[in-house]
Amino acid sequence: MIAELGLAALWLAAALAGLQLLGGMLGLTRKGEALGRVVRPVAVVQGLLALCAFFCLIYVFAITDLSVKLVALNSHSLKPLIFKIAGAWGNHEGSMLLWVTVMGVAGGFVALIERRLPERTMLATLAGQAFVSLGFYAFLLLSSNPFERLSPVPAEGQGLNPLLQDLGLAFHPPTLYLGYVGLSVAFSFAIGALVTREVGSAFARAMRPWVLAAWIFLTVGITAGSYWAYYELGWGGWWFWDPVENASLMPWLAATALLHSVSVLAARDALRTWTVMLGVVAFSMSMVGTFLVRSGILTSVHAFAVDPERGSFILALLAINIGGALTLFALRAATVSEGARFAPMSREGALVINNVLLCAILGIVLFGTLYPLVAEALGAQVSVGPPYFNPMSALFAVPMLVVLAVGPMLRWRRDDFARIGKSLVIPAMLVVVMSGALVAVADVALLPFLGLLLGVGLAWASVLPLRGRNLRRLPLAVWGMVVAHFGIAVALIGMSSESAFSTEKLVAVEVGEITQVGPWGVKLDRIEPVAGPNWTALEARLLVRYGPDGKVTRLTPQSRTFWAPPQNTSESALLTRWNGQLYAVLGGEGEDGRWQLRLWWKPLVPLIWLGGLLIALGGLLALLGRVATDVRRSIQSDRIAERREGEEKLREDRA
Amino acid sequence: MRRVLPVLSAVAMVAAPALAQQEQSTAPFAYRQLEDPAKERAAMDLMETLRCLQCQGQSIADSDAPIAGSMRSLVRERIKAGESPEEIRAWLIERYGDYVSYAPQLTEVTWPLFAVPLVFLLIAVLLLRRRFTLRREVEERGAGDEGEEA
Repeated sequence: MIAELGLAALWLAAALAGLQLLGGMLGLTRKGEALGRVVRPVAVVQGLLALCAFFCLIYVFAITDLSVKLVALNSHSLKPLIFKIAGAWGNHEGSMLLWVTVMGVAGGFVALIERRLPERTMLATLAGQAFVSLGFYAFLLLSSNPFERLSPVPAEGQGLNPLLQDLGLAFHPPTLYLGYVGLSVAFSFAIGALVTREVGSAFARAMRPWVLAAWIFLTVGITAGSYWAYYELGWGGWWFWDPVENASLMPWLAATALLHSVSVLAARDALRTWTVMLGVVAFSMSMVGTFLVRSGILTSVHAFAVDPERGSFILALLAINIGGALTLFALRAATVSEGARFAPMSREGALVINNVLLCAILGIVLFGTLYPLVAEALGAQVSVGPPYFNPMSALFAVPMLVVLAVGPMLRWRRDDFARIGKSLVIPAMLVVVMSGALVAVADVALLPFLGLLLGVGLAWASVLPLRGRNLRRLPLAVWGMVVAHFGIAVALIGMSSESAFSTEKLVAVEVGEITQVGPWGVKLDRIEPVAGPNWTALEARLLVRYGPDGKVTRLTPQSRTFWAPPQNTSESALLTRWNGQLYAVLGGEGEDGRWQLRLWWKPLVPLIWLGGLLIALGGLLALLGRVATDVRRSIQSDRIAERREGEEKLREDRA
Repeated sequence: MRRVLPVLSAVAMVAAPALAQQEQSTAPFAYRQLEDPAKERAAMDLMETLRCLQCQGQSIADSDAPIAGSMRSLVRERIKAGESPEEIRAWLIERYGDYVSYAPQLTEVTWPLFAVPLVFLLIAVLLLRRRFTLRREVEERGAGDEGEEA
């Protein structure tokens, strides 16, 4: 019953999206103006219906209704409740439902609160949002119905991959999706503005909170995903340039560029076409990412060709949405004026350079991710991995980080390097000293070497914009920028330090034996069996000590065996100190009664994710600052309007 | 993230048990490091750039698949015997094809991978140059039209 309710809500939502599109388009013409008035309420109801369908799916997962095919395939009555719920979106159909839900709710929210833009632009925006949604509704309803029933009803479900039974992962996909789909609002605003040719500061201010919010979610999602891979997969890797990781990185790169150009547009009314273009590109990257992950094309081009239904559907959506948007852009770009001008040595100039470099990195990631697919289609198999992506992206990232150190101190429109040159002396000296020390002490590969230098220099330079300003009266948005840029430096130091200074130890030890990894002494104290709700495990008790006279701490890595579905995983154990992490994994038992241990000492590695969180926090501060200003501004303008009305009334009364 | 999102797709999840309960490699250097730290480091650096042929999207340095273990052992043995990493890579590519190396080699199939970053570099330089020289010309020509911008 609940499943049918969900399906009905979904169909209704799709129908309303159709109405929203129609109303939005007709509302732009003179005859259809009356129809335009239904668009906002329809958008809100459509969002609510999608939300209702999503809750229905969560409900059937929570009660493990095995007559629903999706539940039978992906859930199991013995799973903990939280993973039953998370299982609702841990699969293809469920995640696509989450996609349309977020899209519908975001559209409804825009319809409800956004009053600053001209009504015509709003109509075009909401029509654009409906158009994209409609494609995804069709995809969901026609080729991946999440509410399909199963007959006969199986006695038990097939379970969820144990790797996914992890709290971090339960909330990782929704976070990324909020980011992916949040960018759809930016996309729709861009379409709306192109249709009515009203690109300007007001447009940028309306778009900015959405870009910021989506970007925050993407940042958190990528950071959490990276940490999850690091501790759950048991090999200590945190980024591998895997196509799936790249699929989340590409929208982030585009959104980062968009975030900066939309700020220029809001503050200075410059970079109009460029911002609109990035708005289109950012959500396009979200769709490309979804296509890559969802179509199965990553497993193999041939697998995709054998069962191409879903993949071709998404590919067609992709072609229609991106192609359509770019065509509109090509038609209208020439008629949107470029906006205010500026010198290369200015805040805008630095932002333009960063934007171009970010786009170049985006291009490399996109090309490197897609090229193996192209090659496979041509009949050759190639792999493109870290040895390609690291140096190629560094080619553009290094100059970008240098500009990032300088840019925030520059004034808008035109500035002189001599004015800020003095304040850069200290960070420059830091870099020189650091490079000397690194060369003398350690043998570090080029990229981590550059990363450490840039990280340290940038960490200093990123707080310089605070100099000489009244910190109490500083706008939140400026704090946000400083915190985010500082976060980039922190993450960079973490990444470089991890690749430059990690020590690895693979050993087979007897119980009672002590082994060394970096500054740590590790003793295997005992091995004992333990049991969880749907797994059993062998647990190693390790006693570890930092240096010769540190405190002894216990670490308990496990080797788990799940039974639904049957699978082994290793649960790593981590010990975090201020200066790094000790990472321990229990491997198998050898024939001679020895146990395999994999141990790593990774100096400063937590900085990677700390930096990621700082970047997101910076975004949050900026978002709060912007929204507060917007609210204040709208209250003020309301008051002015009220006063004007009052005065007019008074005048009329007198007359 | 590396292994997961593909696994997220429903189809892969049904196939997941096939991954389970796999035997670990018993090759001598699959889980044993070389004595010489410099050689071990060279071996690790190489292993991180070689693809596990059995798993999806993992290097042989971080996989429990038996074939990854055998390949690790092979890499360590050859490094120990004094072969250079690039010789070993070439040997593996000859045997298993380009697919095995995460570092694409420059061939007639892969040249666009190396051409494209150069093209991007060129475009970036041209774009910025054009933008800023145009600006300068415009500004030099008409300092008077600044009023309308503000």
